[in-house]
Amino acid sequence: MRLTCTVNGTTRQVDDVWEGESLLYVLRERMGLPGSKNACEQGECGSCTVYLDDVPVCACLVAAGQAEGREIGTVEGLAPPGELHPVQEAFLEAGAVQCGFCTPGLLVATDDLVSRSLAEGRTPTDPEIREALAGNLCRCTGYEKILDAVRLAADRMAGDARQPGGTR
Amino acid sequence: MQFLQPATWAEALEAKAAHRDAVPIAGGTDVMVGINFGRLRPALLLDLTRVADLRQWDTDDGAVRLGAGVPYARVITELGDRLPGLAMAARTIGSPQIRNRGTVGGNLATASPAGDAHPALLAAGAEVEVASVRGTRTIPVTEFYRGVKRSALADDELIAAVRITPPSGPQQYSKIGTRNAMVIAVAAFGLALHPARRAVGTGIGSAAPTPRRAPAAEEFLAGELDGLWDSRAELPAATAARFGELVAAAAAPIDDVRGTARYRVHALSVMARRALTWAWLDYRKGDPTCA
Ligand SMILES: Cc1cc2nc3c(=O)[nH]c(=O)nc-3n(C[C@H](O)[C@H](O)[C@H](O)COP(=O)(O)OP(=O)(O)OC[C@H]3O[C@@H](n4cnc5c(N)ncnc54)[C@H](O)[C@@H]3O)c2cc1C
Ligand code: FES
Ligand code: FES
Repeated sequence: MRLTCTVNGTTRQVDDVWEGESLLYVLRERMGLPGSKNACEQGECGSCTVYLDDVPVCACLVAAGQAEGREIGTVEGLAPPGELHPVQEAFLEAGAVQCGFCTPGLLVATDDLVSRSLAEGRTPTDPEIREALAGNLCRCTGYEKILDAVRLAADRMAGDARQPGGTR
Repeated sequence: MQFLQPATWAEALEAKAAHRDAVPIAGGTDVMVGINFGRLRPALLLDLTRVADLRQWDTDDGAVRLGAGVPYARVITELGDRLPGLAMAARTIGSPQIRNRGTVGGNLATASPAGDAHPALLAAGAEVEVASVRGTRTIPVTEFYRGVKRSALADDELIAAVRITPPSGPQQYSKIGTRNAMVIAVAAFGLALHPARRAVGTGIGSAAPTPRRAPAAEEFLAGELDGLWDSRAELPAATAARFGELVAAAAAPIDDVRGTARYRVHALSVMARRALTWAWLDYRKGDPTCA
């Protein structure tokens, strides 16, 4: 079947999609967007987390056809090509990336959490961070650096938000 | 495989009548795991996410009519005040990503004994509204579960909604697992106090072939509370302990990778006793919402 959807702001169309295929497979194998990772294909690890109409979901659990006409946001779309989003910068600086397999999913989940908190005029609390990232597994870092990165990103983005012309 | 995406409820029912082997897909959090692992190869996937009616809830004659396709995340944010028991259960499900997609309708159709919505629905005395081109019928949730992963749904039917009259008293949900997120319950217990009709509702998860109530425990407790509803006096510890024992006695668990039958029975007695203690404390404070 044919699938048309918007990915990172651009309309994409792919043909010969198998009806039982996941959105994750479509992104990685048909659209050349391998940022979202495939580690479990059963919703357990969160490494495939993408935005589906602004809501973070496991792309491995979305049937390709369910994405028809929808807006998808992947890790590739967080920042313009060649640039880094504040969340990405924070992960690098905090040492929250080792093998990097979990990173794309964590970046999307973190972006969602921080944006939602900032929309309420605050930064996320530690329990909120743990809760928001409970569906993203990391086998390398032990999570402490990831928590540091999220706090750093939230503080930076809060600062940017207060400045004219800031990121958000 | 075929993929159908009906835009209306009528079209969805017609499609299901014409293709009885079609597998409906809502949040996909059960269906896609089956497909990804080659365990499920439906001839036709029937996507219900475009049927707007399924994604809505409203109130009708005091009851909440929760569309089968409302994701857990919305049950938590939009219905936490009206249906605290179901919202508490929803909070324990999977992870944020899973709660953003997974639905109560999907939980019901999967009919796993471990499904977290079930104990809350049993305790509240919910009804499942199912429909086909033949018409609509309402099934008390107690009669909906028919065996391990089997339900009362006919092969041309779809779940439209769940009807839940908000319990008039406090509710609790308790679940045992290895961590706070992403666990299938080893055992679970839902409790609702119904002071307006002087009754008690229970629901047991993961400790029998189907989710089930604990009728003897409900009757015992309703009897004990008979003199206490109005006085809101302290609940004797022995009453809470006996209630826990009776809940555990209603279970029929098995040994499996997640836990032994003995552990499940013990866990249920503890969870039921604690859930009752918390709920009664809330009731004594006169606060009907304990979420
Ligand atoms: C990582 C992970 C963690 C999970 N954790 C939990 C947990 O903690 N607790 C828990 O209870 N569950 C859990 N689940 C299971 C799953 O999320 C739930 O059962 C969820 O409620 C399924 O809803 P869904 O909308 O995603 O269903 P789908 O996968 O879309 O469908 C499930 C079943 O329901 C049928 N169906 C869906 N909608 C309808 C309808 N309207 N009418 C008729 N049939 C319908 C489908 O054909 C299918 O048989 C987890 C799943 C994953 C992947
Ligand atoms: S690959 Fe989707 S959650 Fe693991
Ligand atoms: S950095 Fe390796 S899994 Fe997280």
